[in-house]
Amino acid sequence: MSNLVTMLGIEKRFPGVHALKAACLELQTGEVHALMGENGAGKSTLMKILSGVYSKDAGLVKLMGSDIEFKNPRAAQEAGICIIHQELSLMNDLTVAQNIFIGREPRLSFGRLDEAALNNGAIEIFKLMNLAIDPRAIVGSLTIAKQQMVEIAKALSYRSNVLVMDEPTAALNDTEIADLFIIIEKLKKEGVGIIYISHKMDELKQIADRVTVMRDGETIGTVDAQTTSTDDIISMMVGRELINEAVNIPDLSDAPIVLEVQKLCRGREIRDVSFNLKKGEILGFAGLMGAGRTEVARAIFGADKLDSGTIKVHGETVSIKSPTDAVEVGIGYLSEDRKHFGIATGMDVRANIAMASLKRFTSKLGVLDETAMQDVASEYIEKLDIRTPSDRQELRFLSGGNQQKVVIGKWLLRNSEVLIFDEPTRGIDVGAKAEIYKLLNQLAELGRSIIVISSELPEVIRLSHRIAVMCEGRVTGILPGGISSQKEIMSLATRRSD
Amino acid sequence: MSDASISETSSFIRRLADTGAHQKLLAFASLILLLVGFSIASPNFMQTSNMLAILQATSVNGVLAVAATLVIITGGIDLSVGTLMTFTAVMTGVVLTNLGAPLPFGILTAVLMGALCGACSGTLVAKMKIPPFIATLGMMLILKGLSLVISGTRPIYFNDTPGYDLISRGSIIGHFFPSLPIPNGVLILFIVAITASYVLSRTVLGRYCFALGSNEESMRLSGVNTDRWKIAIYALAGGIVGIGGLLISSRLNSAQPALGLGYELEAIAAVVIGGTSLSGGRGTVLGTVIGALIMAVLTNGLRVLSVAQEWQTVVTGLIIIAAVYADMLRRNRTA
Repeated sequence: MSNLVTMLGIEKRFPGVHALKAACLELQTGEVHALMGENGAGKSTLMKILSGVYSKDAGLVKLMGSDIEFKNPRAAQEAGICIIHQELSLMNDLTVAQNIFIGREPRLSFGRLDEAALNNGAIEIFKLMNLAIDPRAIVGSLTIAKQQMVEIAKALSYRSNVLVMDEPTAALNDTEIADLFIIIEKLKKEGVGIIYISHKMDELKQIADRVTVMRDGETIGTVDAQTTSTDDIISMMVGRELINEAVNIPDLSDAPIVLEVQKLCRGREIRDVSFNLKKGEILGFAGLMGAGRTEVARAIFGADKLDSGTIKVHGETVSIKSPTDAVEVGIGYLSEDRKHFGIATGMDVRANIAMASLKRFTSKLGVLDETAMQDVASEYIEKLDIRTPSDRQELRFLSGGNQQKVVIGKWLLRNSEVLIFDEPTRGIDVGAKAEIYKLLNQLAELGRSIIVISSELPEVIRLSHRIAVMCEGRVTGILPGGISSQKEIMSLATRRSD
Repeated sequence: MSDASISETSSFIRRLADTGAHQKLLAFASLILLLVGFSIASPNFMQTSNMLAILQATSVNGVLAVAATLVIITGGIDLSVGTLMTFTAVMTGVVLTNLGAPLPFGILTAVLMGALCGACSGTLVAKMKIPPFIATLGMMLILKGLSLVISGTRPIYFNDTPGYDLISRGSIIGHFFPSLPIPNGVLILFIVAITASYVLSRTVLGRYCFALGSNEESMRLSGVNTDRWKIAIYALAGGIVGIGGLLISSRLNSAQPALGLGYELEAIAAVVIGGTSLSGGRGTVLGTVIGALIMAVLTNGLRVLSVAQEWQTVVTGLIIIAAVYADMLRRNRTA
């Protein structure tokens, strides 16, 4: 095998940040090369330099032996280097074919478009990929998985021999991931080199040949993906050994039931869902994407209307028609999409923590008591170990893990007894994940009841005292925590009703 | 039936919904409803002369709204269309009346000045990264001021250019079909609309219009020179506004430098009623023309019914809100 891409001593500085310090990477033809590292380790920056989005300050990039320096993404694409970004970068209002050939539309005279050639071109590529996607479908109407396939088709249409995939499976379910892997294998056989960025360890074992680990802008090392243990890779990433705590499940047989949900129904999303939650318990919700876990959480929180079903808090039936009602009875919801629903990124830590409890800080005339807010904010910054220069720091400058802690602080201040965490560690790096786990355990010990929705099975198993598994809107089983295996959960999560 | 053909059909239906056909249909139905309603309410409404008056009243706002549609589809907004219209009219007046140039030069001036100013707005937005709202607000004021300065705050009359008023008020169609005296202004509106519609759906420029509004960053990462295309689209819109300048000055047979403010909002209203999304990425010229017609029918119909002008404004406001609300309802249902 020969070296397809060689990156040597790559330096990149942004104002105030030394993003890449002599970073290196080597990619061979027909190789799947995993690139790993915590958030902010410099993976994306390195890839953006490779694909011409950023220019490097120093270092050497070689493509098939010759030095290259791309001025813009177009130049990189034409040289056969294509990047599939983490956030899908498709145009939702345009059709599949229009997206694939954006910027390279087959033209007739006078700038008119040759729509037929465009669609045929797309069909050709899909044939290669063994896919049946209508080239004239509007991209926004496709599933995330299909959109991902369109991105790959777009990359292939450049006849790329280097393909960078940034967390391609983040939004895919298992079947879709399997489909993606088949395509990756096919590309590999054709000699395409693939750089695969992912946080999911089990995927690496399945698909990657080698792994390069980055930390703080430096390349820590490149190892064989098959023979190196997951723990070794993780410790390369975090620079320290992670203690793999066993789940310590408390005896909750005498604990009172705080939340009881009976026969919740909402269209096809939620079908006859019942469960209960005890004081001090962490109840995990496992299942595939679209199994209805988030829908159940949103329904309990009053964000979506229920068709039928009862919700009891401390044995009393409550009527929750809106999030306001839910907060009133002591339920807090931490959305999977922090940026959109959980926090106000442009506001400071103090305001975000006080957000759900403003009444408490408001005088009769409607004036806010900033001193009291500051005191409370400082208290939670200390309690939750939120790393921020002050309580006046805007949230957008905080890391994902610290933002999550601010949201937790917000609900603790509101005195919520039941906290629903929807994908609490999405987009958070390994080190901060461990901290969030610790925090959740502490909250449970303090008598808060917690529901954790997570798509990462190891996370659910590690955290939960009990695990509810959902499939197609139903709860297909409730398993004990700690001892349940991934296999048991997966078989319940794929138990189709028909 | 095979799976493929089923998905073919369902994707066709989805496409129909996605292209905003619903909203266009709704707007069209509202237009018919208004026409029927006013006809029943007043026998004077459905007269040929009144219908022609409505069409004539639509022409200027319609042309401006078509220009605004292009910019709004890119995810921008153009607040300068009203005063740019006046500015192009004043410049035409300078060339024709003050300099005594022949008519074709005047027409060229209007369109080129419009395109030039549009390119200016486009450059402010694309290169200097000034938000479209602010950039075109600035242009709006600059152009208003320049119109007043250049004209010395006095109207410029086109009495020395015979036939200037025929640009808008003459009727080529009426010349050949005396029973159908559709004014040229209306003919020009339809030519502009059909051309713009073709550009939007069939050319690279149109494709990039939608792409800009849909996901500009993605377009840039695909290697498209987004700045250049954005400037081109603003320039095209400006050129169309220049045609609007010709229409209004021809109708008044003068360039009125104080005119113009408020036209931009009427244009945006027509665009919105026609179902174009203010967040960009979606919209049609046909919808915009229907939107402009609805506004003209409403104003005219209420006048025929002797409703005070003040109330006409209130009703227009309500219609805009209702139109956007209907669109939101539809979108929430499909989402």
